[in-house]
Amino acid sequence: MGVGIQVENVNAWYGKSQALHDINLKVEANHATALIGPSGCGKSTFIRCLNRMHETTPEARVEGKVKIGELDAYDGTSPTQLRRRIGMVFQKPNPFPTMSIYDNVAAGLKLNGYRDKKHLDEIVERSLKSSALWEEVKDSVHKKSGASLSGGQQQRLCIARALAVEPEVLLMDEPCSALDPISTGKIEELIFELKAQYTIVIVTHNMQQAARVAEYTGFFLLGRLIEYDKTEKIFTNPSDKRTEDYITGRFG
Amino acid sequence: MRTRFQQGLDELRQKLLRMGGLAEQAVDRACQAYLDRDLSRCQMVLEGETQINISEREIDELAFDMLAMQQPMAVDLRFILAVTKINADLERVGDQAVNIAERVMDMVSLPAVDLPVDIARMSAAVSAMVRRSLESFIEAKAELAQAVLEMDNVVDRMRDEAFIMLVKAMNERPEVTRQALDALLVARNLERVADHATNIAEDVIFWVRGADVRHNAPQEPNGQQQPSPQAASETR
Repeated sequence: MGVGIQVENVNAWYGKSQALHDINLKVEANHATALIGPSGCGKSTFIRCLNRMHETTPEARVEGKVKIGELDAYDGTSPTQLRRRIGMVFQKPNPFPTMSIYDNVAAGLKLNGYRDKKHLDEIVERSLKSSALWEEVKDSVHKKSGASLSGGQQQRLCIARALAVEPEVLLMDEPCSALDPISTGKIEELIFELKAQYTIVIVTHNMQQAARVAEYTGFFLLGRLIEYDKTEKIFTNPSDKRTEDYITGRFG
Repeated sequence: MRTRFQQGLDELRQKLLRMGGLAEQAVDRACQAYLDRDLSRCQMVLEGETQINISEREIDELAFDMLAMQQPMAVDLRFILAVTKINADLERVGDQAVNIAERVMDMVSLPAVDLPVDIARMSAAVSAMVRRSLESFIEAKAELAQAVLEMDNVVDRMRDEAFIMLVKAMNERPEVTRQALDALLVARNLERVADHATNIAEDVIFWVRGADVRHNAPQEPNGQQQPSPQAASETR
């Protein structure tokens, strides 16, 4: 099951440049939350702070409190422990190109020492079913490589890979921006179904996508969370003029 | 800035204003025709309806295209929805003007009689409502629209009075029944025009404030009935 995320006074820097300013927000468990905003507004930095991916960037630094369920992300938790509970899907599908479909999905578990083949088979099948890819690849999971799939299939493979370790939270950083409308539709349907089991945070440039998949939406601008509310409210009658100017295309 | 989109919104606004002008003119002409027993004005109202119907379709087509092609959001989405609804109300205003003109044509074919109804006063009130509802749209002013809502009760009372007085006249002077019936229908048509002006005012309030005030149910803008998650976390 998904868990809620509580973010308190989060600030982030790249060197001397401050990328996030005092972010406070509460992500509801088992809901999809979309983060929108112009390029460079800090939304990707923000989700990277949730699973400490931010730390992989040299000179990056974070202050503040992030709680994933009851787990304090920055106090007494290792990045590895944290990332076992938080799956992440990126803009460009990044399957391990030479591994089979099966090995791609099982990679995380094998890394954690799982060797029980029967159990692995079950998890791979369940994960591929959850990511709505099973029916398309069930006869070739060992024969085909991750790289041989179409872009949309590769992205669903990455989602299966993320789900295999049974996370509680799924972070998606523009997961459909490299996909065609059909594949995008499949991923969006999937997000809708996955909400029952996972808490989803999705960064997107596509406002219609945010409106379609998310119950809550946050608008970031210049490293600040300007408005965070029910998606319906954000897209029909936002409270802040800056949100309205952005979503109606009046910016700049 | 989405220039083409803004141009589309401006075009929609201009077209609706022209449509509003036509509908307002139709009501004014029909009322004047009643007061002057003027068949030529009746004819102008009947002929003007075609243009109103054409305008209605043009506005709906443009609004439909913009919804499909531009995916408007927030205030723009509310604006386009309001325009389509106001458009339908204006077309109905045009229909009511035609109904009045037809009653007047019937009355003119009959002997002129004195009737206990002040259509001049009622038509002045109704015209003011239509004009102000359109002004509230032009100026995007919810306060002006609110004033229109308050005028509706006055017109309703005028209609009720007209009914009582005209039914009384029919009972007392059966020979004027047909003329009284025509006048009664004119009063009812005028009251309907006032209802459409009220609808227009409500749509302007929805566009400007994001609040649904229809059916006497004042509400907060949508989504504000419950505290937002951000507000909730701030108050912890």
